[in-house]
Order: sequence, then C-alpha cells, then structure tokens
Amino acid sequence: MRHDPAPGRPVTRRGLLAAAAALPAAALLPGCSDGRRRSAGGRITLRFQSLAWQQDSLKVNKQLVAAWNRQHPDIRVQYVQGAWPTVHDQLLTSFEGGEAPDIIHDASDDLADFAYGGDLADLTALIPPRLKRDIPQRSWDTGTFNGRIHGVPFLQEPRVLIANRAELHRSGVRIPTPEHPWTWPEFEEAAQRLTRGTTYGIAWPLKEPVSATLNLALSTGGQIFHRRSDGKVEVRFDTADQRVPRTIHDQVNVHRSASRTTLGMGGSDTLPGFFAGRYAMVPLGFSYRQQIAQQAPRGFDWTVLPAPKGTALDQGVSPQTLSIAEDCPYKEEAMAFIDFFLSPPNMVRLALGDWLLPTGQEALKDPALRVARYDWATGTALAASLRSAPAQSVRGYPEWKDKIATPGLQEYYSGAIGLDTLRKRLVEDGNLVLARYQR
Amino acid sequence: MNATERADGSHPRSVPPGAADVRTPRRRKGSPRRHLTPRRTATRTGQYAALLGYLAFLAFPLLWLLSTAFKPPRELGSLHPTWIPEAPTLDNFRQAFAQQPLAAAAGNSLLAAAVSALLAILLATPMAYVLARVRNRLSRAATGWVVISQAFPLVLVIIPLFLILKGLHLVDSRIGLIMVYVVWSLPFALWMLTGYVRAVPRELEEAAAMDGAGRLRTLVSVTAPLLAPGIVATALFAFITAWNEFFFALVLLKSPEKQTLPVVLTHFLGAEGVADLGPLAASALLATLPSLLLFAVIQRRITGGMLAGAVKS
Repeated sequence: MRHDPAPGRPVTRRGLLAAAAALPAAALLPGCSDGRRRSAGGRITLRFQSLAWQQDSLKVNKQLVAAWNRQHPDIRVQYVQGAWPTVHDQLLTSFEGGEAPDIIHDASDDLADFAYGGDLADLTALIPPRLKRDIPQRSWDTGTFNGRIHGVPFLQEPRVLIANRAELHRSGVRIPTPEHPWTWPEFEEAAQRLTRGTTYGIAWPLKEPVSATLNLALSTGGQIFHRRSDGKVEVRFDTADQRVPRTIHDQVNVHRSASRTTLGMGGSDTLPGFFAGRYAMVPLGFSYRQQIAQQAPRGFDWTVLPAPKGTALDQGVSPQTLSIAEDCPYKEEAMAFIDFFLSPPNMVRLALGDWLLPTGQEALKDPALRVARYDWATGTALAASLRSAPAQSVRGYPEWKDKIATPGLQEYYSGAIGLDTLRKRLVEDGNLVLARYQR
Repeated sequence: MNATERADGSHPRSVPPGAADVRTPRRRKGSPRRHLTPRRTATRTGQYAALLGYLAFLAFPLLWLLSTAFKPPRELGSLHPTWIPEAPTLDNFRQAFAQQPLAAAAGNSLLAAAVSALLAILLATPMAYVLARVRNRLSRAATGWVVISQAFPLVLVIIPLFLILKGLHLVDSRIGLIMVYVVWSLPFALWMLTGYVRAVPRELEEAAAMDGAGRLRTLVSVTAPLLAPGIVATALFAFITAWNEFFFALVLLKSPEKQTLPVVLTHFLGAEGVADLGPLAASALLATLPSLLLFAVIQRRITGGMLAGAVKS
C-alpha cells in the first residue's frame, strides 16, 4: 500500500465526479420546457388526446389529424396518445396539474366527475348546428350533465349475441333479427336447446357484471337508478330491474344452459372456448367482431344476433366522446376541429376503424356500414334502440359499482346468495353510498 | 493476526472479503469421497425437484410471453395453445413498432433509469457509509426511519408528491420524474448499502490508516473496491425499479415525447381489458430484455454482493 496519495489525484477525481454529475444534467436540459406551447408566431397548438388503440383506428385518427393540420396551418393539432385503462387517473392528475390536453377523447360514463368538477368546458353554445342536428337527442343525453353538454358522443357499441351459426342451424331455433329479436323467454329456451353434451348454449363473460346487467336491463324497463322529484337519485331493484339478472342466474344455476366458469372471465377470454364449440353463443360488445374475424379458425361460421327484447329492444350505452378542457384558451378552434373530425365521412372512417357504430345519422346511412359482411347491417339496425346508460350521470356510481354491485352480482350469478340478499345489498347498502354524494 | 488473514492461517484468494464465495469448495487431494446414503439421495433429489419446480414457476410467464410474441392471431385464439408457435411470425413486432413509438419510449426509460440509478448510488453510498460506521442515537434513528419509509404505499404519496412537483414546475419534466425515482429507490438502496458497508471489516480501514493512508485514500482504495459488488447490486435494483415503474410516469409525464416504455405499453390495451395481445407481447418482451441482459452480464457480482450484505463479518 502506498503511503501518499499522488499529488493532484483527488482533484482529478473531483473533476471526474463533477463531469459525471454534469452529464445527466446536460442530457436532461432539452426536456426542461413545460410543454405548453400555446402560441408560436401567431399559430396556436391544440393537444388532442386520443384513446385509439387498434391498428386501423390509430391510422384513421392520425390521418385525420394530419388532414386537419394541412388544411389549417394556423391551428395545429398535436396528436397525444392516451390509453383506456389509465385515462381516468391520467386526466384527474392532468386537470390538477393544469396540464390537461385541450381536446379529450373519453367515454361518457367517465365524464361525470370531470363535468361536475368544472374540468370540462360547457359545449352547449359551441356546438355547430350541423353537428347538433346530426347526432340524435338520445345520444346527446349521454354527454349531458346538469343540462350542459360536456361531451360530444360519436362512437357507440351495442351489446349483441355472437353465435356459432352451425350450432344455431343444428338446434333448429328461430334465428332472431333486429326486426324480430328473441324475447327473453325465447332466448332462455334457445339457450337450453343449444345446450348439449359439453356445449353450453351461452357463456356470459361477467368479470365486470354491472354495466352489462344495467344496460341490458333497459330492455325490460329496468332502471335501477331512479331520479326523484327533488333531483336526487335512489337505487331500486323492482320486478323490471330483476328480470335480466334472474335470467342469467337461472341459466347458470337452474337450467345449466350457461357456463359457470365464464362468469369470472372477460369477453376475450371466452373466445377460445367459443371457437372450440364449447359455447354456442357469447354476449359481447359489437367491436369484438374484429377480434373474432382475426382469431377464428378458418371455416368457423359465426353471426351477430340482436340482444333479447323485453318491453322494448332498448339497451344502455356509454358512447365514446370528445370534450374540451375548461382550461383550453381556444375553445372555438377546438370545437372546429371536433366538427371536422366528426363530419359524416370521417365518422364512418372512425367507426370502421374501431368496428363500432357512429352516433351521427348521416354516417349511419353510409353503405359501408350497412353491408352483410361481419354483420355490420345488424348493428346499424340496432342504433336507434341505444339509450343513455342508466347510471352514467349518477354521482357515486363508481363506488356503488365497485363496493356493492360488482361483488353482489357476482355472488348472485354464481348462486352464492339469493335474489333477496342481492336486493338488500343493492338497495339498502347502495343508497347509503349514494347518499354521501348527494348531501 | 493480519486483518486479511483467515482464522485457519490461510490467505484469502482474490475474492474480496465483502463478497462471499458461493462456489462449491473443492475436494482436497487425498480426502475421502463422501458417499451419499439412500436417505441423503432422496433428500437431495427432493431438493432438486423443488428447485426445478420453483424455476419453472418463475420462468413460466417469461416463456409464455416469448411464445405469444411470435404467434399469429389465430393461434392466440386457440383453446389448446402450444408452447412453440405453429406458424411463427414477426408481424407482432412490426405492428408494435408501427403503432407506437417504442424506440423513443425505451430511450426515455433508459435515461430515467440510468440517471436515477446513478444519482441514487452517489447519494446512498456516503450516507450508507456513515450509517454503518457511526454508531450513535442519530444513526440508529436514521436507519429506523429508512426502514419505516418503506412502509408507505405509493398511493399514499402520489398526491402530495404531485402537488409538490407542481409547485416546483416539475410536472411533465424528466427532471421531476428522475427526482421521484431517486427518492423512491433511495431508502432501499441505503438499507442495502449499509449492509454491504458493515460487511467490510473495520480492521481493513484501520490497517490502511496505520500504513499512513488518509481518510479519503482509505475510502477510495480500500473500502470502495470491496463495496463494488454491493454497489453494482444496488445500482441494478435502482435501475430496474425505475425501468419498470409505471404509475409515477403515467401521472407526472404528460407530453407524448417524454413517455416511458411501461406507459406506452398500455396503449396496446383497449377498454374492458381487451388487448392487442400479439403486439403487446412483442413489446413487453422487448421491454424485459434490458433487465435480463443486465442480470446475465453481472449476475456473478450481484450474487456475491447480495450474500455479502446478508452475513455479518
């Protein structure tokens, strides 16, 4: 071991350390801007956060933004990619931090907190007459909170029955159409006739049972959330509300025409079993057709059937929406972009890219959405029966759903509890939750 | 007895005292071969079987990811999936790169992870040295606080942290994110390094001092080399923590050009748990590669370092 350090070496080491510390700092310098480039040389920049995620949909979104930027050099739109699973948390903190995108893509059932919290602009007076006329009132209702429009609904998804056509023909059941759908008793009977050997008539993927149950319950007149004359909302679980849950419960536990194992699955999880002939029908969102078209074995013949009808064919939906942040200083320009983005031809492209239905009446008339291929025509015929999901404007709904309804319905569908216990939980426990939000 | 001399009088090999030798000891010439009794054989077989099962359990997700990344959509929808893709394809990788800015996101992740790991080490090493060498009430309290700080869940700190960073104009800033990563990994890094420093015999430093080395000289020439395995292991921990981190990056970064890889991976997910499984698996596989490579390259040093921190000298 040497006794004396070489003269000057500590200095060298310090120098090295300083250089090492400076390197990362230097690398970070270009990232120090705050990212809110609002105006540059008279040109404004709007940030559009899109949640498009499928290949075709992404392409269309980016193409439309590029087309807008070509046509409007003074109002540049910057495409920002968001994601469905994280959009709520991301928006929540963005609003808090004053860093929210100007134009926001989301779903109508996610808007309530932001709309009531003053984070989203009131679009009522900004919406151009063409766009207002094109989208029907039942769809506007989905983006309206306290009488103010906070989201422009543009894509919607009915829940349909995707069926194995060979099994349908073998069983001899009547094939339902949008004009002559099955009634709920007919549906129950069809599921029983389709059940044979190791094949179940139906597989309910109910990992998230609440929205499926509530939305389908509209067909039997079920509301579950009832608005009183004083404006407050209360939960009820009356006969009309019980019809759909009881059907699912009986199919699983009494008739054995529905698979028990799929109750805990998501929609995609049931597809391998569907392709393998384990289930003759699967209730899924309309957009699952894309996954089925991509993944189904060659020669597998499938079809789309309308959901069963009760007193009406109605069902609840929570359309995808476009909103404008309250903080956005260029709301009119942002609305001009939305108007461009949702022009009828563009809405058709967006719908085809996402395998969903447009809300615009003009877009719905487009021949591309009325073809028999992939049963587009069946979905388009159902568009008129889509209503605002019963729960979407109810404050406290997310907590009711997570703490009360999801476990309650899961236990009921699996046969662990009866209808009375379920009713008690949904109503008594549920109203306690809602009361906290309505003081 | 010299500090570097062993109790049995033999001299140490080139393995640093801080790093335990994990190699199986060689049988000495002339020593009798140990025969395994049937009972020992059964025990050993059971141990290997358990180890194999554990390895399979650990490897399963990675192997499944590897398999999925090369499968075409039709094989992804099969009820009886195979380990080896029947018609392997690179389409998932092509699609993943075409859809999302994976390379840029990986660059962002690399920058955040490397810088935060470096800063965490630069801060934690001297702090750990002091905590290990200075024994008083304050150091004990500091060590206790470090351990307690590990108990705070992420959701508890995210909102206050966000507000603090907002006040400092460090939201949507790489510097802000790196600061958070450093703070987040620092307590555990400190705790790990303190163990490594304690494993370095104090007598070595005393011997260096007796030979005339100054404090800094001792630290640089004696202590630091012995701490190297521990520093590498701790740096790796800090790097991987930051590389995999999702929630802070999601909440703190808003600009698309700054997003990190875990955040970009969520762009392959749709609503209600639907996923573009092929491209997602391909991207996730690529995202795991840096961690795997790092572990593969410096695995031996890490093992030594970890064991060094685990035993008392």
